[in-house]
Amino acid sequence: MLSRTADNLYWAGRYMERADFLARILEAAIRLAALPARDEAAVTAWASAIASSGVKGAFDAAGRTPSETSVREFLAFGGDNPTSIKACITRARTNARSVRTALTVELWEAINGAWNGLNEIGEPSRRDDFVNFLDFVKSTALAVEGATSRTMLRNDAYWFLRLGMAIERADNTARLLDVKYHLLLPPGERIGGQLDYFQWETLLREVSALTAYRWVYRESVRPWLVADLLLLNRQMPRSLASCQGMIVSYLERLAADYGRRGPAQRLASARLARFNEARIEDIFQSGLHEYIQAFLNENNALGAAIHEQYLV
Amino acid sequence: MTKAFDEMTGGGSQEVRDSYRALGAWLEQAPPDLLRARSRQAELFFRRMGVTFAVHGDAESNERLIPFDVVPRIIDAAEWALLEKGLKQRVTALNAFLRDIYGPQECLRAGVVPTDLILTNPQYRPEIQGRRPPGDVWCHIAGIDLVRTGEDGFYVLEDNVRTPSGVSYMLENREMMMRLFPDLFAEYRVRPVDAYTDSLLRSLQASAPATAGADPTIVVLTPGPFNSAYYEHSFLADKLGVELIQGGDLFVNDDTVFMRTTEGPKRVDVIYRRIDDDFLDPLTFRPDSTVGVPGLMAAYHAGRVTLANAVGTGVADDKAVYTYMPEIIRFFTGEEALLKNVPTWRCREPEALKAVLGQLDQLVVKEVGGSGGYGMLVGPAATKSEIEDFRARLIADPDDFIAQPTLSLSTAPTLDGGGLAARHVDLRPFVLTSPAGTRVTPGGLTRVALKPGSLVVNSSQGGGTKDTWVLND
Repeated sequence: MLSRTADNLYWAGRYMERADFLARILEAAIRLAALPARDEAAVTAWASAIASSGVKGAFDAAGRTPSETSVREFLAFGGDNPTSIKACITRARTNARSVRTALTVELWEAINGAWNGLNEIGEPSRRDDFVNFLDFVKSTALAVEGATSRTMLRNDAYWFLRLGMAIERADNTARLLDVKYHLLLPPGERIGGQLDYFQWETLLREVSALTAYRWVYRESVRPWLVADLLLLNRQMPRSLASCQGMIVSYLERLAADYGRRGPAQRLASARLARFNEARIEDIFQSGLHEYIQAFLNENNALGAAIHEQYLV
Repeated sequence: MTKAFDEMTGGGSQEVRDSYRALGAWLEQAPPDLLRARSRQAELFFRRMGVTFAVHGDAESNERLIPFDVVPRIIDAAEWALLEKGLKQRVTALNAFLRDIYGPQECLRAGVVPTDLILTNPQYRPEIQGRRPPGDVWCHIAGIDLVRTGEDGFYVLEDNVRTPSGVSYMLENREMMMRLFPDLFAEYRVRPVDAYTDSLLRSLQASAPATAGADPTIVVLTPGPFNSAYYEHSFLADKLGVELIQGGDLFVNDDTVFMRTTEGPKRVDVIYRRIDDDFLDPLTFRPDSTVGVPGLMAAYHAGRVTLANAVGTGVADDKAVYTYMPEIIRFFTGEEALLKNVPTWRCREPEALKAVLGQLDQLVVKEVGGSGGYGMLVGPAATKSEIEDFRARLIADPDDFIAQPTLSLSTAPTLDGGGLAARHVDLRPFVLTSPAGTRVTPGGLTRVALKPGSLVVNSSQGGGTKDTWVLND
C-alpha cells in the first residue's frame, strides 16, 4: 500500500477517535459543572475539560478564559482550535477522501455522513441542542467503528485505521486520568469527599465504564480501583493495557502481512510486557502522574516509530 | 432562432420518434410526483456517496453535485453505428496526426495544416519531437464532444485528447437509472456501459512499455483532492483496482519510476495521468509544479514508463487545429470525415476575421486554447458591451480565436421544476486506443443546459447530466 494511503488511514482513525473523546469530555464537564458545589467547582470542571483535551496551550494563547461558553465553543467548533470536534471530523473526512479507494462504501458513507451532519447541525448554542450535538458525534463514532469492523477486509488498510484509533485512544485515556489526579479537586475539598467521589464517578461515565466498574469490582467508586480499571484491566476496552494489546496485535498483523518486523513492533511489545507485570499499588506508590506522563511520552515515541517505519 | 430538433419528438411535430416511443408512453402515464421523487432520491444518493466536483475559483462551496436529470437520452442502433464509425475514424486520424507532428511532419510539408499553427502552438512540446511513446499510441483516452442539429445532423464540437473527464458520471448515471427505473430497462434493450473500466484497464496494460513484466503496474495520477475532477480520479482508480497516487507518492531513480509503499519502493509501468503536461515534471516543464514528479520525463524518454495520454497531445485538441480536422482525416486515412465539423471561421485569416466582426451578435466566439465554457462569447445571448469587449480582444489577437454560427443544438425532455421541458443537450462519447485497437463505449456523457434556452452545458457553468441509452438492434 502507498505510504501516503497508510498515513491517511492512520490519521483518519486517530481523528475519529479524538472527536469521540472530545464529545465525552464535554459531556462530563456539563455534568460536573451541574454538581451542587461551590461556584469555582463549575469553573474547574470547564478548565479541566481544556486540560484533559491537551489543548490548554492553544486555549490560553487564544486569550480565552474557561467558562461554559468559551470551552464548549473552543472544544467543539473553535476556529482557532486545530483539534476541535469539528476540525477532527473534517480532517478525518479529508483523510478518508484522499484515500477513498482504500475504504469500503459503508465506511466512506459513515465518515462522509458525519461531515455532512456537522454542516447541517451547525453550531448550536442552547445547552439542549449542544447535548444533542454531542450525541450525534458519539453515534457517528459508533457508525464509523461499526462500518470499519463489519465491512473492511482484514488487510493493511484495516490495520492502519485500527492502529491510529488505538494509539489515540490510549493517549486519551491517559490524559483523562491525569487530569482527575491533578486538577479537578478545588482547594479545600476533601480527597475522598463527596465532590471527589462524584468526579471519579463522572470520569467513569465519560468512558462508558460505570456499569463495568460495578461488575468488575463490586465496590463503591474508589480512586485506585478506577485507576486500575483504566490502566491495567484487560477486559476494559479503553484501558491502557487493552489499547496496548491492540496496538501490538495490529503491528504484528502488519509485520506478518509484510513479512518484516521493525522498531515499532519492538517498542510496542516491550511496553506490553511491562503492562503484564504492573501492579496498581506500585503505580500509586511511585506516582500516578509521573506514570502517566511517562506513558504519554512513550506513546509519542511509538507514534514516531510507526511513522518512520511505514508512513513516509 | 428556429425551433431546435428534439430528440424525442423530432422537428417540431408532436410525433414521438420510434426510439422514444416506449419512454414517451411511460412518461405520459407516470405521475409527475414520481419523477420528482426519483430525482430527489438520486440527489440524496449522490450526496451521500460524495459524487461531487469542485468549482474553479469557488472556495466557498468547494464541492458541488452535478445536477442529474432522470429522463434518459436515447440513441438508436443505426444512429449509433454511424457515430461509432465516425468516432473511430476521427481518433485514428488524431493519433496518426500526433505521430506525424512529433515525427516526420509530413502533414506540415504537404501543407495540410499551417506549420506555424503547430510549431508555435502553446500545446506543442518541442521536448517530444522525434520521440515515440511505448506502442506508438498517443491518445489512449479521447472524449469527443458531439452536438446534433437535426435528424441526420451530428457535428463534432470539439476533440478532448488531453485528460477528458466525465466518464465517472456516465457510469454513475447508469447505475442510478438502473436502480431508479428497473421497469424501463426491462422494456428497452440498452447497451451496457460498465465494460468501460475493463476496456480501459486492458488498454492501459496493452500500452505498457517493453520493460514492464507480464503484469504491469498501473496507477492513476491525480493533482489531489482539490482538483475539480478528484471524484472521478478516485472512482476510476477504484474501478480499475489500481493505486490513486499524487506526485509525492512517486520518485524516479535510474530513469525508473517508483511509488513509495509501506513495504518499500515499487516500480510503476503505466501512469494514467490526470495532470496537464505543464505540471508533470518540474525539471522539464513548470519548475513551480508541486503536483508532478521530478525526473518523470527522463524515465519517459528512456521508455520505462507509459503516460496516458502521451505528452504533447494537447496540440491536437486546440480549437484552431480542430478546424483542419476534415483535411487531417483525409490526409491520414484517405477517407472523407464521417463526422462533420461545425463550420468555423479561423480568425487568423483576415477574410474570416472580417466576416466574423461583421456579425458578432450572431456567432459563438471561442479562445483556441480555452475549455470548460470559459472565455467564450455567445453572441445572441451577450450584451452590447460584452460584444464590444470581445471585438477589441479579437482585433488585438485574432490568432487566439475561432468563431462558429450559433448552432441550434437539439433538445431532450428534461425534468424542470413543474414537469418536463425541452433543454439543449450535447454528447461526449469516450474512445479508447491501445496497440490492440480502438474501442468506443456505447453512449457517453450527455450534458444538458438546465436553464431554459441556454446553450451552455458545462458543469462549471451550471449544466447537468443525463444517462445516455444506446439501443440494441
